[in-house]
Amino acid sequence: MITLKSLHKSYVTGNNSLHVLKGISLEIEKGEMVSVMGASGSGKSTLLNVLGILDNYDSGEYYLNGMLIRDINETKAAQLRNRTIGFVFQSFNLISFKNALENVALPLYYQGVPRRKRNQIAMEYLDRVGLKDWWTHLPSELSGGQKQRIAIARSLIGKPKVILADEPTGALDSVTSMEVMDLLQEINDTGITIIIVTHEHDIAMRTQRSIKLKDGVIETILYHKSTYKAVSSF
Amino acid sequence: MFDLDKWQEIFSTINKNRMRTFLTGFSVAWGIFMLIILLGSGKGLQNGIDAQFRQDAVNMIQFGSGTTSKTYKGLQAGREIRFTNEDYEFLRKSIDGLDKVSSRYFMWQNRVISYKSEYGVFDLISAHPDYIDIENATLTEGRFLNQIDIQKRRKVVAIGEPVRKALFKNGKSPIGEYIKLNNIPFQVVGVFTDKNERDATRVYLPISTAQMISGGADRVHSFAVTSNLSAAESEVLEKNIRTKFAERHRFDKDDQNAMWMWNTLKEYKKFSNLFLGIQIFVSIIGAFTIIAGIVGVSNIMIIVVNERTKEIGIRKAIGATPLSVVSMILFEAVLITGLAGYIGLVLGVGVLSLVSSILPQNDFFQNPQVDFTIALVSTLVLILAGTLAGLMPALRASRIRPVVALRDE
Ligand SMILES: Nc1ncnc2c1ncn2[C@@H]1O[C@H](COP(=O)(O)OP(=O)(O)OP(=O)(O)O)[C@@H](O)[C@H]1O
Ligand SMILES: [Mg+2]
Repeated sequence: MITLKSLHKSYVTGNNSLHVLKGISLEIEKGEMVSVMGASGSGKSTLLNVLGILDNYDSGEYYLNGMLIRDINETKAAQLRNRTIGFVFQSFNLISFKNALENVALPLYYQGVPRRKRNQIAMEYLDRVGLKDWWTHLPSELSGGQKQRIAIARSLIGKPKVILADEPTGALDSVTSMEVMDLLQEINDTGITIIIVTHEHDIAMRTQRSIKLKDGVIETILYHKSTYKAVSSF
Repeated sequence: MFDLDKWQEIFSTINKNRMRTFLTGFSVAWGIFMLIILLGSGKGLQNGIDAQFRQDAVNMIQFGSGTTSKTYKGLQAGREIRFTNEDYEFLRKSIDGLDKVSSRYFMWQNRVISYKSEYGVFDLISAHPDYIDIENATLTEGRFLNQIDIQKRRKVVAIGEPVRKALFKNGKSPIGEYIKLNNIPFQVVGVFTDKNERDATRVYLPISTAQMISGGADRVHSFAVTSNLSAAESEVLEKNIRTKFAERHRFDKDDQNAMWMWNTLKEYKKFSNLFLGIQIFVSIIGAFTIIAGIVGVSNIMIIVVNERTKEIGIRKAIGATPLSVVSMILFEAVLITGLAGYIGLVLGVGVLSLVSSILPQNDFFQNPQVDFTIALVSTLVLILAGTLAGLMPALRASRIRPVVALRDE
């Protein structure tokens, strides 16, 4: 599903250049659930942004679903994000003036799905994350866990192949965190690849393997026995 | 182009961000409103001054005798100049380019005029038959003075409508009735109206009759003539009259006190320049109003885009293309400025017509109104400008990288 070959990325600010990803090579199979760990500033979010085509990289190769992602224009990137990638963020990133239903339906708006149809589909996804009765609520009227479930419903509605989650439980208490993980696990069970950036071990333990970053390179890859799917592709 | 879904999305954004929408809309509506008021007021002023001149013939020259203030060929200053009927004949025969000619004999006394038990005080003007055209008055009944009245020194008068109202209260026709001036009976031969209220409350009598009853012999105080000339030609005519009369009456032709002159066309020309000045002034202010509107809209658009950076980042992350971001912001700008512009237009036109209906009939300000094409064009210009003003921030927004927009502060 995802192939990285000695990927490099630097941030250039003024005269300074900060080399963040220093040659990442990685293969993630379709249907895998992977966690990315590492100290703060080790480049986890940077990696995830590159994977999500939210940011570009300097050298190396990135194949998404067999397609080389390099120098693609913004329009193409937007379409790829819309059709193949779902995002879940630590700070939810819901649109504040839109209610739960409208937030969930928005990716379908950019797919050109008519309003009535997309609202109907959004309702189904809200039902799936257990928030059907909350569809009229604005993000400000929802709890953190509810907001994250709305965000997950939104990431799912475009029928993506990959879900990229940057610290999805970072702003949630442990009980809510586990509920969100249950939901992600359910989604993964339907065959959608999931990559989760996290600091928490018990979150990482629920994925099939953990990729640990240190100073811009992969330090270790940990396979978790507890998961039923054993993957040994790297 | 017309994508209902897109408009629904834009409308829902506008609807949920009312304060922002109001601020953008207000600056546009205000700009258009002020522009309409400005254009309308300029027009009202112009209408008012225009109407002032319409009351009399526009191409009229009046002149009269005075007292010399300069010595001339050995003659002392301080000499009184006297015009007579001969000057009237001279004017008719020897000066080219004249259309209507009348002389006047001033009779300040004799102003109480009565009919049976009714009486009033009115201006009594002695004149020639041409005078009705010079004053731009209109007959409503009977006839005006004629040549035979002059020759036979008939005791006849033409009276203004207000005079008729004051003296003939039973509503019967005054034609053929006798009114008394200074106890001398005069027969009413005609009734007239004049757009100028003051010129209408008059009683006209033949100049020859006036000279006779006040013992004025052939004395004439002033002349009024009209021509069908341009402003420039009219000035030549004015000079020609002055030169010829200076020769006849032996005074320095540059002596303004010996003979006063009033050229309406020249004065009108001055006011035409004033109109032009007003129009230029209004146009400049109008242009600045539009510019202020544009600056206001673009400022607000910049703020709006900044405020929406995060939202735009989210939209892009979930699949908004740069084009869809540009069009979202542009269409929103068009919708708001269009609607607000329309509201400003309607309010402006409404206030103008309200003012024009409640304003008392005023000499210098009449019918403030705005040329609808101008109003519409300026509204469209502002909408277009608002759109262009929105284009820059919209393009900037479309180039915002989603990572940058989504970064947590
Ligand atoms: N847009 C940017 N411009 C410049 N430097 C950046 C930018 N984004 C991140 N960095 C730097 O790159 C390094 C890696 O950042 P990144 O956000 O990937 O870390 P992270 O592993 O996600 O950390 P955390 O666990 O705190 O989220 C950091 O030193 C950060 O300061
Ligand atoms: Mg991070």
